[in-house]
Amino acid sequence: MRIGVVTFPGSLDDRDAARAVRIAGGEPIPLWHGDDDLKSVDAVVLPGGFSYGDYLRCGAIARFAPVMHSLVAAAEGGLPVLGICNGFQILCESHLLPGALTRNDSLHFVCRDQRLRIEDVTSMWTSDFDAGQEIVIPLKNGEGGYVADEATLDRLEGEGRVIARYLEVNPNGSRRDIAGIRNERGNVVGLMPHPEHAVEALTGPTTDGLPFFTSILTSLVAAA
Amino acid sequence: MARVVVDVMLKPEILDPQGRAVQGALGRLGLTGVADVRQGKQFVIEVDGELEGERLELMHKLAEELLSNPVIEDYRMRVEA
Repeated sequence: MRIGVVTFPGSLDDRDAARAVRIAGGEPIPLWHGDDDLKSVDAVVLPGGFSYGDYLRCGAIARFAPVMHSLVAAAEGGLPVLGICNGFQILCESHLLPGALTRNDSLHFVCRDQRLRIEDVTSMWTSDFDAGQEIVIPLKNGEGGYVADEATLDRLEGEGRVIARYLEVNPNGSRRDIAGIRNERGNVVGLMPHPEHAVEALTGPTTDGLPFFTSILTSLVAAA
Repeated sequence: MARVVVDVMLKPEILDPQGRAVQGALGRLGLTGVADVRQGKQFVIEVDGELEGERLELMHKLAEELLSNPVIEDYRMRVEA
């Protein structure tokens, strides 16, 4: 399976995302922000970092990159997309996911190993988890507070579209402890913490992030 | 030459931690009775010629789609000759 990983100017975690794809058993395909060619990939990861320096708002300029023009159309047609951290911000700015990410309520950049509960295992990126499974993966953000109006939050909860919630500590003031959400169809997922940094015992606090990357391979095989 | 000024503010219901930090600092520096502080952004855009018709419409569209995020922010735009 060919999993594209987009590099924007200022992306930081594209290499780790590609490595996570490889460890899970997929073939990472580098995609470039300035090229609208998605290279016939089966799914795409939008990695973390500070695309375009986070100028204006996080993800606000990346949204208009040529690669995003193709990606938004493909995602609306069902292409699986996982946005991690800055990738989540880009998905919200692109309106592929509702809501927005705002400055942490503490005003501090937060970097910690974060406990989460996986709440939805129907998405294409979470199907290899058990419902209610607790995991620990790194979290590192300055603008990770998830906000949306009450009606949107109620709809996300009602439709089971909160895929992961913060446990023990809410690190950034996210409404209702939301760490990640999905779209209606379940092909587009946004997550603030970083599963790609927790795929190997040598370099991560756990290997709890790996199922995000095996899930998509399982989902793609099941769909084929 | 026209000058476009776009003010962008977080919607009232969105928490503004930066504004709150400034509020705290104002109090510490002796300003009593600071009930609230909201921090926003201002864009000042100089354009050649008159800004009217389609170009004005596009400017409005970009103020809403690029300069602000309507999910969390409101914008106000004015054109100065």
